[in-house]
Amino acid sequence: MTHPLIDHQRPTLLWERLQPRWARGQARSAAEAAPTRLVWRYASPQAFYPLAGRLVPWFAVAAALLSAAGLGLGLLVAPTDATQGDAYRIIFVHVPAAWISMVAYLAMGFWSALGLVFNTRLSFLMARALAPTGALMAFLCLWTGALWGKPTWGAWWVWDARLTSMLLLFLLYLGVMALQAAIDDPARGDRAGALLTLVGVVNVPVIYGSVQWWNTLHQGASVSFTRAPTIATPMLLGLLLAAAGFWAYAIAVVLARVRRLIAEREHGAAWLPALSPSAP
Amino acid sequence: MSLEGHQLALARGDRTLFAGLDLAVDAGEALWVAGPNGSGKTSLLRLLAGLARPQHGEVRWHGTPITEQRGRYHAALLWVGHATGSPDDLTPVEHLRHAARLRGQACSERDAEQALERFGLGAASRRPARTLSQGQRKRVGLARLALQPAPALALLDEPFSALDTSAIQQLTDVLDGLLAGGSRVVYTTHQPQPLNAPGGVRELSLGALSPCGSGFSRDGLAARHASRLKPLPQHTGAVS
Amino acid sequence: MNGLAVTVDPGLRRDDAQLKAVTPAQAGVHPHHERDDAPAGQPLATLAALVHRDLLLAWRRRADALGTLVFFVLVTALFPLAVGPEPAQLRAIAPGVLWVAALLSATLALPRLFAQERADGTLEHLLLAREPLPWLLLGKALAHWLTTGLPLVLLSPVLALQFDLPADATAVLAASLLLGTPTLSLVGSVGAALTLGLRNGAVLLALLVLPLQVPVLVFGAGAVLAEAGGLGARAHLLMLGGLLCFATVLAPWAAAAALRISTE
Repeated sequence: MTHPLIDHQRPTLLWERLQPRWARGQARSAAEAAPTRLVWRYASPQAFYPLAGRLVPWFAVAAALLSAAGLGLGLLVAPTDATQGDAYRIIFVHVPAAWISMVAYLAMGFWSALGLVFNTRLSFLMARALAPTGALMAFLCLWTGALWGKPTWGAWWVWDARLTSMLLLFLLYLGVMALQAAIDDPARGDRAGALLTLVGVVNVPVIYGSVQWWNTLHQGASVSFTRAPTIATPMLLGLLLAAAGFWAYAIAVVLARVRRLIAEREHGAAWLPALSPSAP
Repeated sequence: MSLEGHQLALARGDRTLFAGLDLAVDAGEALWVAGPNGSGKTSLLRLLAGLARPQHGEVRWHGTPITEQRGRYHAALLWVGHATGSPDDLTPVEHLRHAARLRGQACSERDAEQALERFGLGAASRRPARTLSQGQRKRVGLARLALQPAPALALLDEPFSALDTSAIQQLTDVLDGLLAGGSRVVYTTHQPQPLNAPGGVRELSLGALSPCGSGFSRDGLAARHASRLKPLPQHTGAVS
Repeated sequence: MNGLAVTVDPGLRRDDAQLKAVTPAQAGVHPHHERDDAPAGQPLATLAALVHRDLLLAWRRRADALGTLVFFVLVTALFPLAVGPEPAQLRAIAPGVLWVAALLSATLALPRLFAQERADGTLEHLLLAREPLPWLLLGKALAHWLTTGLPLVLLSPVLALQFDLPADATAVLAASLLLGTPTLSLVGSVGAALTLGLRNGAVLLALLVLPLQVPVLVFGAGAVLAEAGGLGARAHLLMLGGLLCFATVLAPWAAAAALRISTE
């Protein structure tokens, strides 16, 4: 429910603490004048909802086209690998999924930090919307990693440093989602999830470093998922197209999810039924 | 005005509890926050204590927002919440001493015992709180009010509930003493209690919002709450 | 303002006998001194008092702390039952088993950090204390470690005997636990604050906190394995020390923010 007096949230204490004392008075008035600037104009759910609605179809179409092109190139056109045969083609799914899951976590951290500092509702909703997609991509990466491992090295799971780190990233995603699901109060859930994400972001380099250490020290199977030193052009092109397609898909899905979250949160707001006739 | 609230607004989930609320409490004044269940009395008190942040507006102590002077404000403030009790395994004396220490006050055993005696807990002061009744444990929580030096501001949420008549009298005496010494008291209670405040007891009534939030108009909300702060009619009694 | 005036609403009746002027002195109240910067807070004394109180409470409820230790013993006993009594195999898995058991025991004990305060309504005392909340939470984590982590460290050599771990490896095990368990308490305090009051909080807490504690596990168990393998555990122990410093500086801030979020 939008409140008549609370249209644009005041920046929080943290934002004001970051300002030097002499600028605080100016910062307050600047924040009140801020809504007219472009980035702030879309910072309210009311303005972002239709924007997201317009963007989703474009990204969805782009996702379909780019993924088709990338996967087509990768699965059909690119030459068979000399050492690994046709099984290597799984990288066209595995690598984009890995990229997206890692970047999505950073993006979650970015929106969480923004939300905690500026106390904008939309930032928290963006962070919430990113989590399931990132988790899905992480799971896809793990699954395709297992599928790749079986024909290539004969084992369904290999404790490679990167796969293990991806497993832990997947668990971090699940943790954030579980925490937000367990908290009934949406405001508390937003902030708790945001804080946990930030703690996770700070920890991810530490976790990755320790897993690397663990892996090299134990001299496990010397397998790695790095590509062969020379990579044929169709392979690279296919990979990039597939990555772009996955990215477009992720953005489309996240925007659609943000719209759904906005509709849930602002349920009953005056502007909502006018835009979405299907809303109750 | 030493404790001030400017244009306070608070929402809980979907409901707006209050908006555009201004209040001020000066030395020796008491503020009674009244209203039906679910109207935001406890939330307002938590706002004033700094335990919750308002959606809009700020709380000021001696002119400075409380968010900028947490340590000093906390040292001046004494909070007795609705559920404030004492740990099962500590004796009241130990609990009082520890609670005072957290607020930055030194408190000897003698001080703690004196404070407990003002609430009729002298005999029970050395037993673990688990052996005390619910009302006695509540009085242990309230006994912090009687510690010296007195707090400059006392925020009490339903202090009179679950107390028997003698305890109510004891609490009223202690609060009167605080007010006479220049402290400010903000409290909620369903049964109005007479307090002897040099600056007067004022009532802040948080309006009759139905619990499910339906049936109130947002347009009139600001107007309805802005002028809720009204002083109780006063008359100066004869000084005897 | 005249301290002798009395104002009472006619609706709130009092006996006339009680309508008398009250001066501060008569009320037995020592007026506080406003506006003067209150005597400077005593951070160390407050921290010591907080730790002392938590230790006192833990002592009076010894059974709770002992439960954690019994869990530790139980879990370490489960592994030989599961993998067979062959000594060489047990010696090989001992560091990992002991570390995982310590990790799980420490994680199981975390909900107790704030549960008591929340139950008896004294959590606000922490939030409204004079000292900054991160400092106080550092004290709480320290007290928690003294009651759960330190006993694990002291018990570990005894359990290492069950696995026939050589003496130098046992020493490294104890040292790695000594450096690692405080980190577990510190990072765990963040999780405990986030899951305060949630149903199924203990399981959720474990789910949140265990991935974050993987580095401690890796370096802790790795230290013992390195010692047993002849490589020397110095690097691992230094890394554990580094993680402890990292956690000591950052975890209290995160835990304070989490506690405020959970109690708002």
